[in-house]
Amino acid sequence: MSSAPAHDIKNDPQFQALVSRRSRFAWTLTIAMLIIYFGFVFVIAFAPTLLAAPIGSGVTTVGIPIGVAVIVSAFLLTGIYVRRANSEFDAMTSQIVGRAK
Amino acid sequence: MRAFRTVSAAATTLAASGFAGLAHAAPAMQGGERQPLNVEAIVMFFAFVAMTLGITYWAARRTRSAADFYAAGGGITAGQNGLAIAGDYMSAASFLGISGLVFASGFDGLIYSVGWLVGWPIILFLIAERLRNLGKYTFADVVSFRLEQTQIRTLSAIGTLVVVAFYLIAQMVGAGKLIELLFGLPYLYAVILVGALMIVYVAFGGMVATTWVQVIKACLLLGGATFMALMVLIHFGFSPEAMFGAAVAVHPKGGSIMGPGNLVHDPVSALSLGLALMFGTAGLPHILMRFFTVADAKAARKSVFYATGFIGYFYILTFIIGFGAITFLMNDPAYYTVAADGAYNKVTALLGGSNMAAIHLSNAIGGSFFLGFISAVAFATILAVVAGLTLAGASAVSHDLYASVIAKGRASEDREVRVSKASAVAIGIVAIVLGYIFEKQNVAFMVGLAFAVAASCNFPVLLMSIMWKGTTTRGVLIGGFLGLASSVGMVVLSPAVWEATLGNPKGTAPFPYDNPALFSMAIAFGGIWLFSKLDRSKRAEIDRAAYEQQYIRSETGIGSHRAVAH
Repeated sequence: MSSAPAHDIKNDPQFQALVSRRSRFAWTLTIAMLIIYFGFVFVIAFAPTLLAAPIGSGVTTVGIPIGVAVIVSAFLLTGIYVRRANSEFDAMTSQIVGRAK
Repeated sequence: MRAFRTVSAAATTLAASGFAGLAHAAPAMQGGERQPLNVEAIVMFFAFVAMTLGITYWAARRTRSAADFYAAGGGITAGQNGLAIAGDYMSAASFLGISGLVFASGFDGLIYSVGWLVGWPIILFLIAERLRNLGKYTFADVVSFRLEQTQIRTLSAIGTLVVVAFYLIAQMVGAGKLIELLFGLPYLYAVILVGALMIVYVAFGGMVATTWVQVIKACLLLGGATFMALMVLIHFGFSPEAMFGAAVAVHPKGGSIMGPGNLVHDPVSALSLGLALMFGTAGLPHILMRFFTVADAKAARKSVFYATGFIGYFYILTFIIGFGAITFLMNDPAYYTVAADGAYNKVTALLGGSNMAAIHLSNAIGGSFFLGFISAVAFATILAVVAGLTLAGASAVSHDLYASVIAKGRASEDREVRVSKASAVAIGIVAIVLGYIFEKQNVAFMVGLAFAVAASCNFPVLLMSIMWKGTTTRGVLIGGFLGLASSVGMVVLSPAVWEATLGNPKGTAPFPYDNPALFSMAIAFGGIWLFSKLDRSKRAEIDRAAYEQQYIRSETGIGSHRAVAH
């Protein structure tokens, strides 16, 4: 591959839009995951009694649905990313690649 | 019986090494007497072996090019790859280890499941796509894309082989103990059997066979675990509250099993453990290889989505299975080593140790037939994981060390594949020998060490080379080796190894934390940054100048390898 198309692509406004949108999206989701997970870990480290509080009069504690929710959130966040990447971002990419040929 | 580790000690080791590993299962099972021959389990296991050997034969006839051998010709679908990734990841360690941890301590088991899962979204958001766009067969392809081939591939191959070696030893020892316990086969036979089968899968069937072994095993494991969890839930009329209530009533720790115990207490340990669990995954060579087996970035993304779903679902099942085991087993002395007066410790005296909770539960709910099935699945699980590891190790030797470093790119594709097959045989033999040597050793720390090295060498090197323009060959080399050396060094000097494994007195460990990731990752990232900044060499100019082209390709996939070469 010569460097000429690389240069053209770099100056393509659509390429710049793709990269900035995708990286903002990816980092937002990354930070969301980090906050959810390390939030969970730090509650365990600093305030374990919060999670050990029973729901209503039963034995099930608040920690159980929260733990399951962290697992489900990981799945949902990947789903959100894949949905947008496989439609919007891929469409932009194929237009950019098409022009560069 | 020789001394069982008490569960509290085992749980500490877990918190310590940071991983509920099969590695951990091994010492916990050391005291287990060899069981009488379990015929159902052996028959079902051999059915699995026969099926996978059939697939290997079929795969071997289709495996001609290097692309076939390393990446299954890029012909794996997103769904298959999602299952295969889940198969690589759902080791016997997570199945037996986490359900055993839930059995012993309840809620705490969830902390590990969660930590092990949350690395996946990060891989997807930051790595998967760029890895797919830049690489061909191994993650070293990506790191050396614009950096100097020889040195970078040597570093990446060492990082790969160190991770594979520690992981493999832990799995081999665990496999030997498990098979001894479940099937009543002698330890040495078990280790040789595992080693021989993994050689056959990898050397003859390459990535195609390895992938299908993973897919089948993932289906069996998900199916078996679903059935177990379902039977438990049916018993309690699908009321988790009823299940938890029954568990609290029978567990010696009572209501405390419903909240966090003492798995993590200080913020440094919590953060360090979290980082290792999260980013270790993103540096495991056998996992990273899987992104090259699919046709394009779209399929790579989808496979992470499916894998996250399968793994998350599986971890929820292990939680139910652990609680089910508490309610089904703890009042039944038949599953325990019972003292002369009829008393037994409901946690520590479980036959074979608390890691056997899921296995005993399968007997309690499905009789000896289902016990045989789950035992065979547990064995198949180990087999699939070691095959994946062996392929990753063999690829590092042939594709990175041999083809690029030794032959300097002059080796023919044929020859490279032959070297890879020979490496698979060699790695298998070494694994058998090491498995035999380490039989009586405490290998609990080894899975933790593998994750620490992956998080502190492979992951920083990969991320920095992709993300930062300023990264140079010298920076990666020095930073990568610092990460590798510091993570290994800190693990050796940590309480888990210095005191618990090497037998030094308590409180003498020079490094106070059991998980080094917080420190060793900082050293690696800082080292790469600093030595790249200071790098004024000619090579550094080339490295920085080539970033633009790499950047375009990593973002768009222009010029990327389509691993379809038939």
